[in-house]
Amino acid sequence: MFTDFFYTLRKRKVPVSTTEWMTLMEALTKGCITNLDEFYFLARAILVKSEAYYDHYDVAFKEYFKGVETPAEISEQILEWIRDPINRMILTEKEQILFDSMDFDELLEELEKRLKEQTEQHDRGGYWIGRGGTSPFGHSGYYPAGIRIGGESRGRHAIQIAQERRFRNYRNDLTLDVRQIKIALKSLRRLSRIGSEDELDLKKTIDAIAKNAGEIELMWQRSRKNAVKVLLLMDVGGSMEPFALLCNQLFSAAHSSTHFKDLRYYYFHNCIYDDLYQDIERQEAVSTDRLLSTIESDYKLILVGDARMAPSELMERYGAINYYERNETPGIVRLNQIAEHFTHYVWLNPYGPRFWIHPTVQMIGKIFPMFPLTLNGLEQAVKSLIVKK
Amino acid sequence: MKSDGFDQFKGSSDYVTSEPLRNAVNVAIALGRPLLIRGEPGTGKTLLAHSISSGLGKKLIVWNIKSTTKAQEGLYVYDTVQRLNDSRFGDRDVSDIKQYIKLGKLGQAFASLEQVVLLIDEVDKADIEFPNDLLNELDEMSFHIPETNETITAIHRPISVITSNAEKELPDAFLRRCIFHYIEFPDPELMEEIVQVHFPNIKNSLLREALKTFYSLREIDEFRKKPSTSELIDWIRALIVGGIPHENVSKEIPFVGTLLKKETDYDYFVNSHMTRIGSTFITRRQ
Repeated sequence: MFTDFFYTLRKRKVPVSTTEWMTLMEALTKGCITNLDEFYFLARAILVKSEAYYDHYDVAFKEYFKGVETPAEISEQILEWIRDPINRMILTEKEQILFDSMDFDELLEELEKRLKEQTEQHDRGGYWIGRGGTSPFGHSGYYPAGIRIGGESRGRHAIQIAQERRFRNYRNDLTLDVRQIKIALKSLRRLSRIGSEDELDLKKTIDAIAKNAGEIELMWQRSRKNAVKVLLLMDVGGSMEPFALLCNQLFSAAHSSTHFKDLRYYYFHNCIYDDLYQDIERQEAVSTDRLLSTIESDYKLILVGDARMAPSELMERYGAINYYERNETPGIVRLNQIAEHFTHYVWLNPYGPRFWIHPTVQMIGKIFPMFPLTLNGLEQAVKSLIVKK
Repeated sequence: MKSDGFDQFKGSSDYVTSEPLRNAVNVAIALGRPLLIRGEPGTGKTLLAHSISSGLGKKLIVWNIKSTTKAQEGLYVYDTVQRLNDSRFGDRDVSDIKQYIKLGKLGQAFASLEQVVLLIDEVDKADIEFPNDLLNELDEMSFHIPETNETITAIHRPISVITSNAEKELPDAFLRRCIFHYIEFPDPELMEEIVQVHFPNIKNSLLREALKTFYSLREIDEFRKKPSTSELIDWIRALIVGGIPHENVSKEIPFVGTLLKKETDYDYFVNSHMTRIGSTFITRRQ
């Protein structure tokens, strides 16, 4: 039954397995459903396991069940519409004549024809019926208001629900979302025994009891917790503006990941000089020297930036793009100083490697291992952050 | 769900459900599969199990999952330390291991003489392998206790509801065995119904103003945590207790602290919006 629907779903990249298909068949043989609408929800509940695939499911459902709509329900709605005299008053004179010249069957036939046409190309607009003055079904807007084909809540048909594609926003193959970044960051962990001694050390306890000739002595140890601390330095403003959203997502993923022992973050513009900033507007400054002297070197350092700037901004004293910064130390010296302080560091670049053939990108890439800010890049970066050195 | 013999879940008086959700629950009951519920915080994932329990008149067993929870704990715990202790002081007969076996929540649900509703709350909080460790037990509804050579088999398959915030990806093998439903954030119409369940005597004008303000607050994307249903209920309670006239609700947004729980969100809102609306609210709060 419906085996092709299974393949339509798989074609539309819904990850359905045979197990789930058999479950659906089981549900169908138990007589759980009586119509297509119930089938829509039943099949979705059994076959689709993430809201990210609801949209794929809608697309596949529409494709497979297109034209299966039961016409009986539609004609009932039309009858109701025609019976209501108010609806006739909204037709123009020309439409009135056309309307009267058709008998009910013709009208129904015409409507179904058009309805089908529109079903197939629904993307173009929000209206269901009527395309200007000569239609017996009224101007766009009047007719659907009268009979509410594709109206709201209970009256809706499964295919129409599918057509709405309300879950389009939940798809995750379009962009890198916060959740994916979080999952990538999850692997950034190093478990070590810290905190209070709250776990029974079985081996030591047995040894101790044996030594005491059966007298019980409990031995405790510290439990394993993630010891990873992260320092996040992000380039903001200027050429990074187009990536604001992406950086924002990375930030909120890191910020809401509760499994880090500590997360500190600062901002800079283009390159790091004498100061770093605690806010995006770059008002609250912290001196780079002070930060380096107070922060332990076992923080995992993640730099985010495009690393593209004028060579003078990187190489020269007073090179900062902001004239008032008057940096005494060239940016490249600062970067080296930072790299020397930490043991593990990566640079995430929102531009892909194709764009890294640029003098300053190359120079910075020699100091910090550079990865593109994509899911794959992030995973690799995390891997290089946890290798033992 | 038209067939006879199925437990027909229709919702309960204190919990408003949508039709697709009711269907998903009934399918899960009919097929005896766990029902996995996902959705934004505050959409009533946890309350669903309570509603099923009261709607069908069955006992509810809640297993709250924490980051340290192990799958084994849900089945049974062998209290070795107690036994060791007893062996030292000779209080009890230590050769009877049975008395040191304590059934976990899942074990209790299996052993129960009548069918129960089992809620496994926030399954994604535990270790990433946690759901896989429960696969076999949920599939066969039985487990073996080697210490006493006993097998606990479910007398009645419990109606299992599993909630998740999707913080972690759940393993595929686990997902394949579940019925899934994603609870969307309620639209204003459904929300009106939900509020009326909590406050049957609420004035229409107040309800309308409150909902209008609430949904416009949810439009603000800058919030770290958007206000959800439970915050709305608290807020409306505060509005009623405070006797706020409805015409002041959207103008002043009194008690906005009940809606915005994060300090950053609160500051952001006060700075960016309150200045426009006027300072009435801020002075009142001080």
